Amino acid sequence: MEPVFAVLTGLFFAFAVYLMLSKFIIRVLLGVAILGNAVNLLIFINGRLLREVPPVLAAGLDVPAGPVANPLPQALILTAIVISFSFFAFLLVLSWRAYEALGTDNTDRMRLAEPETSPLPPEGY
Amino acid sequence: MASSPIDLSLALVTAAPDAADWLVVLPVALCIATGALLTMLRGRPALQGGLAVFSLAVLVLLNIGLVSHISASGPVTMMMGRWLPPFGIAFTADMAGALFSLSGSVVALAAGVYSLGDINEKGRRHGFYPFLMLLMAGVSGAFLTGDIFNLYVWFEVLLISSFGLMVIGSEDRQIDGAVKYGFLNLVATTLFLIATGFLYGIFGTLNMADIARKAAGFSGTAPLMTLATLYVFAFGMKAAAFPVNFWLPASYHTPRIVVSALFAGLLTKVGIYALLRTGIMLFPAERAGLSGVIATVAVLTIISGALGALAQSDMRRLLGYLVVSGIGAMLAGLSLGTVEAVAGTIVYGVHSMLVMGALYLAIGLAGRAAGTFEIGGAGGLWQRQLPLSALTLVLFFAVSGLPPFSGFWPKLMLVKAALADGAGWLAAALLIGGFLTTIATGRFFLIAYWRPSSSPQRGEGGPKGRMRGNTGSELAEIPPYPPFGHLLPAGEKGQAAALLPVALLTLASILIGLYPEPLIAAAKTAAEGLVTPSAYIGSVFGGEP
Repeated sequence: MEPVFAVLTGLFFAFAVYLMLSKFIIRVLLGVAILGNAVNLLIFINGRLLREVPPVLAAGLDVPAGPVANPLPQALILTAIVISFSFFAFLLVLSWRAYEALGTDNTDRMRLAEPETSPLPPEGY
Repeated sequence: MASSPIDLSLALVTAAPDAADWLVVLPVALCIATGALLTMLRGRPALQGGLAVFSLAVLVLLNIGLVSHISASGPVTMMMGRWLPPFGIAFTADMAGALFSLSGSVVALAAGVYSLGDINEKGRRHGFYPFLMLLMAGVSGAFLTGDIFNLYVWFEVLLISSFGLMVIGSEDRQIDGAVKYGFLNLVATTLFLIATGFLYGIFGTLNMADIARKAAGFSGTAPLMTLATLYVFAFGMKAAAFPVNFWLPASYHTPRIVVSALFAGLLTKVGIYALLRTGIMLFPAERAGLSGVIATVAVLTIISGALGALAQSDMRRLLGYLVVSGIGAMLAGLSLGTVEAVAGTIVYGVHSMLVMGALYLAIGLAGRAAGTFEIGGAGGLWQRQLPLSALTLVLFFAVSGLPPFSGFWPKLMLVKAALADGAGWLAAALLIGGFLTTIATGRFFLIAYWRPSSSPQRGEGGPKGRMRGNTGSELAEIPPYPPFGHLLPAGEKGQAAALLPVALLTLASILIGLYPEPLIAAAKTAAEGLVTPSAYIGSVFGGEP
């Protein structure tokens, strides 16, 4: 099962990287969203996959009878989802604000902080 | 279920921790609590500054206590929720983490004092002080945690706070800088998360002491090499190493000057600390395999940073490149990996935190006095602002690595370590970088401070923004540069109060320069603890492994 998921994760990463290479912020933003999901899937697979065995102890047992699903990656992913969602929300608002303020979502034309024609450094005393 | 025979005491830490061990978590707890309190006091901006400065002063005291506790009794560990290691989240402070945490809190205190006269009521209402405290929670947490996933969480805490700080004022330039800063830093932390996912897949543990213990068994295998490469890439991006550092000069000059000072002092050094933690302590064999790459990156970072500084006409952008150049020097120590080199990197980190933070604050005052941040537009600051100019000159000497100031010793340690390792070209790059920095800062000082003012009409603190070159696009209308409208009236008293934090940080730089032995000894202890982490592992698991 892991190889199938590994390929799927690879596809997610490929889409994310492709989108993030764009000049346009909105595509980069979509790329970031997919990247977050790619990472979540990656962590999930790294915890090893196991079907339909919840990590719950039967009555009277101190340890599970057989192998059970690994609950830790789910805790990690939950943390990562919360964080990446909040970052996505922030960057979405920031991008909208940048579009309003700068009138463009083309990163090549967002040169307000680094003007293309800034004065040369002083050449002599 | 009450009759369950499970003996929970086997899975829990049952002994109460020493009172002194609480010092490991108190810095983080204090920052989060103050941050929450200040968020609740949003409507009372008058109260916020004093409270924040008070709690930052307490933070410095706590960190001093932590450093002295660790130097007396070695690394300290506290387990969250009393779970036995490696199952619970561990907070483990060793000398390296504590030293960085202490110098970081000193910079934050200085910036906090400076902010009293720099952040107006609007900035306070927009949450400057809560963001500042949460940033410090993230920074302290990153320095003190002993769990790699927890390190990721602290990175995100400090990142989201830094986003908030970056856009305070919401000028168009800031939005532009924040877009680049935000996206690239998010990609960097995501890379860190990817590496951590793989790390969990390989080791099945996230506790750094446990990883360090198990990594020796996997030493030199391909998965570990992949991991180490990913970490070097991710943290290199956070630390602004050469090919992936363009977010820093694009953004560090845009926010309020006190925010720039905080970022320059703290954020890139968190990246360096994480590089030391993963490269030196967790994966030493793999780092040695990558040392050629890291050394090349270090040289390129040193030289490109110094050349970038030479090419700037804006004071703040010049400082951004100086931050980058310093990162290169720290990476040089990482690439060598010996105890002396790592100690040099740690001393350099402490020096760079103090001096870069102070420089941004000093330039903020210079820009306020000159009415512009253009180097060529200022002039005659020496006549009008004698104390500030003297402090700035000391800071310029320190950042260039000239004796007897704090920049000299770490550079000497790094050059010695490079020569001892036979890496003459690395030593040469360090020295050339220092030389170029001296030229850049020397010219800056000559023109902006020493040369008599060429435009006498440019008065004190007036909003005399200059239009920069017109780009010919729809972005032609650039706001006055810089915007001084938000500043509190800068009378004699205000000027003296703003000078105080700069003076204190400069004094620290001079003290380190004149009497470096305690810091160097502490850095050597820290470096030994990273190179041979048996004490670190022992503090987590009890006894020697």
